[in-house]
Amino acid sequence: MKLKKNIAVSENGFLFDPNSGESYSLNKTGQLIVKLISEGKSEAEIIENIMEKYDVESNALQRYLDDFIMMLQQMNLLQKEED
Amino acid sequence: MEKLKFERPVINRINAGVPDKFGMSTAIQPISHIDDVAVEDLLSEYGSPLYVISEKSIRNTFREALSAFKTRYPKVQFAWSYKTNYLNAVCNIYHQEGSWAEVVSGFEFEKALANGVPGSKIIFNGPDKSKEDLERAIEHGSLIHIDHFDELYEIMSLAPKTGKKAKVAIRVNMDTGIYPHWDRFGFNYENGEAWTAINKIMPDPNMELIGLHTHIGTYIMTPNAYAIATSKLAALTVRIQLKYNHHLKYLDLGGGFASKNTLKGAYLPGSDTCPTFDDYAEAITGALSNSDIQYDHMPTLFLETGRALIDDAGYLLGSVLANKRLLDGRRSLIIDIGVNNLFTSFWYEHHIVPSKIKQRDTEDTTIYGPLCMNIDIIRAAIQFPVLEKGDHVVIKRIGAYNMTQWMQFITYRPKVVLIDLEGKAHVIRENENHESMNALDKMPNHLKEIQL
Repeated sequence: MKLKKNIAVSENGFLFDPNSGESYSLNKTGQLIVKLISEGKSEAEIIENIMEKYDVESNALQRYLDDFIMMLQQMNLLQKEED
Repeated sequence: MEKLKFERPVINRINAGVPDKFGMSTAIQPISHIDDVAVEDLLSEYGSPLYVISEKSIRNTFREALSAFKTRYPKVQFAWSYKTNYLNAVCNIYHQEGSWAEVVSGFEFEKALANGVPGSKIIFNGPDKSKEDLERAIEHGSLIHIDHFDELYEIMSLAPKTGKKAKVAIRVNMDTGIYPHWDRFGFNYENGEAWTAINKIMPDPNMELIGLHTHIGTYIMTPNAYAIATSKLAALTVRIQLKYNHHLKYLDLGGGFASKNTLKGAYLPGSDTCPTFDDYAEAITGALSNSDIQYDHMPTLFLETGRALIDDAGYLLGSVLANKRLLDGRRSLIIDIGVNNLFTSFWYEHHIVPSKIKQRDTEDTTIYGPLCMNIDIIRAAIQFPVLEKGDHVVIKRIGAYNMTQWMQFITYRPKVVLIDLEGKAHVIRENENHESMNALDKMPNHLKEIQL
């Protein structure tokens, strides 16, 4: 799982995709997940990282993460596996 | 180290569209309590979904409406429109406030009598009055609002048999300058049909014409339409005075006042655009005072307002069943309130909010009901906070029509709870169950046995 090239994320959660010209806003948790993805972390590593810092159950987190990654795919922000 | 509070991750596309020039607030305010009773407590005690009615809101709204009219015109009489909400407890709140009953069927007539309304204080409207209904109405001295000539002739033939004089009014339809022009109820004013009907009633010794009625439409946003209607009814009243030296006891302006709900496709929210009771009262009583009706014989003003009196008092509480993603990435929220419980969602953008907000982020959301039907949509597009299974939602302003036009479909209808003036909750209608639903079914003998 990789972010598309050239995607810029600002410190306050503003994401710009130069491929489409679209802008997005992220909340704190969304911002952290995007950061971890861009660092090349796997899904398991992302979950581990968040559970260390935040008070959240792993089942719930898995659900939210699946949903969030689906949104990133929907918004065309992730590289396809074969790329 | 103590862990941080978690918020679920959210990403939203930024749409640089036209800014909202009206600067309306987009922040969602949760509703956690109704008349100081916690939504969570109501749902845990009475189940979900649940209809909740505020007695305080009913009485306050009624008094506000009455005062708007009484401060302008002394002779005002409201009649509670049964079809808007005929739960017996609700009807009796209005009757305690002094409202008569306005019914449109034999079923509603029986309900009003059983609630203790004297027959002489029941207004009988509607196009469907059977022979038995009419006989009973004549016997009770009720006010029969004649809808068409067939009904008029029926009363003409029935009244002598009862030995009582039928107290009647005619329903008049007219052009009040608004669209749509309702011409299906009663006799037309402009083409002279109403005058013809009056001329048939007046000489009949078994009928007494005591009033005139009109029902110009529903959700009327233009108070001036009522001024026009009042002027036209007043003109007929004067004509009757001149020709027959007969003085009508009342003019009934029907219902149709808008509530603060927002109609689908409306540019501004109903809470901003809905006329006040004062606006309607000013239009109607102004036209009445300026009419040529003889001062000593000014008629009583009857009003059959339903929607505007009760909509605000009703709430529908429910729970989130699931979250899903639609094909285009939009969130879909499935709740246990369907269009079977919320008939008015076909024409209103209902105000729906969570009972509490855990996280401020909102997403483009479609809110679906639980029915296995594609049309079961509560809100097609709304910015809504992300809720989880089991969270609760509150829909405001559902007091009008939903507890009469509700459909028993796929599942049982839920309980209705009334919160009284002391903040105490009373079940005023039980939920349906297997026994109550099957009580009316009959099984022919040859179908009793099945083998699979």
